[in-house]
Amino acid sequence: MTARLELKGITKRFPGVLANDRVGFAVQPGEIHALLGENGAGKSTLVKMIYGIMQPDEGQILWNGAPLQVANPKAARKLGIGMVFQHFSLFDALTVLENIALGMDAAIPARALEAKIRAVMTQYGLMLDPSRVVSTLSVGERQRIEIVRALLLNPKLLIMDEPTSVLTPQEVEQLFIVLRKLAAEGCSILYISHKLHEIKALCDTATILRGGKLVDTCDPKVETSRSMAEKMIGGSLKDIKRDGRSLGAPKLVVQGLSLPADGPFGTALRDISFSVRAGEIFGVAGVAGNGQNALLLALSGEEPTARAAVTVNGTQVGHMTARDRRGQGVSSVPEERNGHAAVPVFTLADNAILTARDRLGMVNRGLLDAKAARTYAGEVIEAFSVKATGPGAMAESLSGGNLQKYIMGREILQKPQVLVVSQPTWGVDAGAAAAIHQALVDLAAEGSAIVVISQDLDELLALCDTLAVINGGRLSAPMAVADAKIDEIGLLMGGIHGETAHAV
Amino acid sequence: MRYKLEKRREPSMAMLVITPVASVIVTMLVGILAFDALGVDGWAAVRDIFLTPLLASHKWQDVAVKAAPLVIIALGLSVGNRAQVWNIGAEGQYVIGALAAAGVGLAFGQAGGFFVILAMIAAGCLGGALWALIPAVLRTRFSVNEVLSSLMLTYVSLQVLGYLVGGPWKDPNGRNFPATAPLPEGQMLPALDGSTIHLGIVVALILPFAFWLLMSRSTFGYQVRVVGSSPHAARHGGFDAKQTIWATMLIGGAMAGLAGSLELTGALHKVDLGFASGYGFTAIIVAFLGRLNPFGCLLAGIVLAVTSVGGQLAKTTVHIPDSTAGIFQAMMLFLILASDILIRYRIAKRA
Repeated sequence: MTARLELKGITKRFPGVLANDRVGFAVQPGEIHALLGENGAGKSTLVKMIYGIMQPDEGQILWNGAPLQVANPKAARKLGIGMVFQHFSLFDALTVLENIALGMDAAIPARALEAKIRAVMTQYGLMLDPSRVVSTLSVGERQRIEIVRALLLNPKLLIMDEPTSVLTPQEVEQLFIVLRKLAAEGCSILYISHKLHEIKALCDTATILRGGKLVDTCDPKVETSRSMAEKMIGGSLKDIKRDGRSLGAPKLVVQGLSLPADGPFGTALRDISFSVRAGEIFGVAGVAGNGQNALLLALSGEEPTARAAVTVNGTQVGHMTARDRRGQGVSSVPEERNGHAAVPVFTLADNAILTARDRLGMVNRGLLDAKAARTYAGEVIEAFSVKATGPGAMAESLSGGNLQKYIMGREILQKPQVLVVSQPTWGVDAGAAAAIHQALVDLAAEGSAIVVISQDLDELLALCDTLAVINGGRLSAPMAVADAKIDEIGLLMGGIHGETAHAV
Repeated sequence: MRYKLEKRREPSMAMLVITPVASVIVTMLVGILAFDALGVDGWAAVRDIFLTPLLASHKWQDVAVKAAPLVIIALGLSVGNRAQVWNIGAEGQYVIGALAAAGVGLAFGQAGGFFVILAMIAAGCLGGALWALIPAVLRTRFSVNEVLSSLMLTYVSLQVLGYLVGGPWKDPNGRNFPATAPLPEGQMLPALDGSTIHLGIVVALILPFAFWLLMSRSTFGYQVRVVGSSPHAARHGGFDAKQTIWATMLIGGAMAGLAGSLELTGALHKVDLGFASGYGFTAIIVAFLGRLNPFGCLLAGIVLAVTSVGGQLAKTTVHIPDSTAGIFQAMMLFLILASDILIRYRIAKRA
């Protein structure tokens, strides 16, 4: 049988980096093929060449056995290659139908297009009203638009880039049903992910990249998650050492915390209460856009709240600014690194001053102690193996994962009493994620209270002692992770969301 | 061959320095071509505007006197610009500063001396700062764009000036000209014997060091830079954006007021209808040409002062209006803003 897609010796160089080094593998018709690798392993570069966004420097792409040059994405779509990106390109103020029409290469009359959309939706069980405005849709529903958009072109190969990172467990199941159906009809699927249990559940073959090189092509059903992870990072994976931790008195107490929505697309916080004890790691699960950002801002002090809403070590800090709360030992790491957790055009040393200046004495009579900042930045770089030219490197010159390591390190090494982090390992490779997790656990072991806000349920289940779900700005009752049920968490994540979205 | 803009890994320090210099040179070249095309001797015009004031030593004191207020105002404005606060009303703050100083001087009558002059200068700073306070309040309380409010207040300040020098403060011995009486000797800044070089020029030479210390070494300077480049990060770091707007507007106003009071006590010695001569607007060009860097402002202030002096010169030598200098100054600003992109991007050949 001729392969649907075959790559031979694909090489792509960027200044100073070999992004792909003689990579070759084949995708058969109807095969669901996983492309697995850490951040920076070269997955995105590779699929960009298949989709015609860039051209390989060396090597050959064969399409149904014939050599091929994909000049641009339009040419790729014409051949039957579709792609669903991790970040959607949708206009919030337009309807589903209008969004799809805008993305089509050929102009199709609205009525004919709607009929085609309905046909595709029924065929694959993708429920969506074409006349709905995108801003009223959940993230999962938005992704369906992108999938429908790709399916309208009758693709022979569908590339999915990290499709499940924003979905609830139930939505993931629905997506897998669609993908399996597509594959059964002969469409090949190239599935990019780093979630190993999903790959085991869905994929027939897995190609693993590391540092731009092909490491292995294997059968994920035979491999274990651990063995694939170790191939991915090229070393043995360390387990989080969680023992030796005892929970003390409540350190962070949140009582009846409410915050009005920040703008028409923001989410209000409604009457949130929970407490975190010394040594405890408290997880907040939820689908993106359900108030996670507001919760972080309210806890860090960037959005001051009612005085009694937040208590740290018995002191009411709700009315305090971020700076004063840091004085009380509250550190935080927001989700967005560039421009929120760090100033992109500042050096790493200058970025150390941003949150550590008071706690670590970098200010002397109104003047900054540049040397202390450089020294501390150097310590963080060393302790968290940040890949950077040194404390003088611009924050924006670091890769997302490295900057995240730096920011996490900057807060953790300050030994805060309370640490609130959002998406601590987003875009960080598996090895570094393990290191960050271990650092969080170690910080908890020293008696700090830690709140982890994450969309990655696996991360929360592995890391946290207690878990609650945020939905529509409300927080569910906390549950011990030891007896939490995935189904129940999934329902909490998705359940209420639909109702509140319509009500607003 | 086609070209494209490619993002640099790090901002180019070389371009940060090259682009202002290149802007001046390109302005000169365009000037030569444009005036030749108009039938005027382009080389002579550009030479007199840009070079003669530098080469002829008897013009240096004119350049220094004109550069001092430009540098002082630009230093203040560049602090605000770093925080993305756009104070366009330095001209008005300069006028109000001078009026405040003149008012204090009048109150002292014929008395003079160190403390009287100090009081006049302090009043100048305070007057400028208070005038800048109005757009600051409007911006922080009612979200009124400070570009418009500060600019409009310039015209209000000119009305205030017209009223005072034409009415209550008019020189009784001034043949009914709308102007204040000349300052008594004791209220004038000391000057070098036989020249117009006054103490205000020394202030303009010292201030860049103070502003460098403030912007590069102090927590306040850090706060201004963070608020300007990443408002969210500033909030994360616990810096108050409103407080920053207040502080930078006040500094900008105080510096413009300082320049106004130094101009009164050091150079002009009276306030008349022509007192506002555009320093507050030209200083905006100085701030940008100087890349918002204190020492850059010093150099750029000298360049702009040269063109102002040269413009006067070219009026008599090549018979072109002295507003020509304004055209050149505008061209420099245009070119510096247009070439800004080269700091963060490079021009690369398209593959």
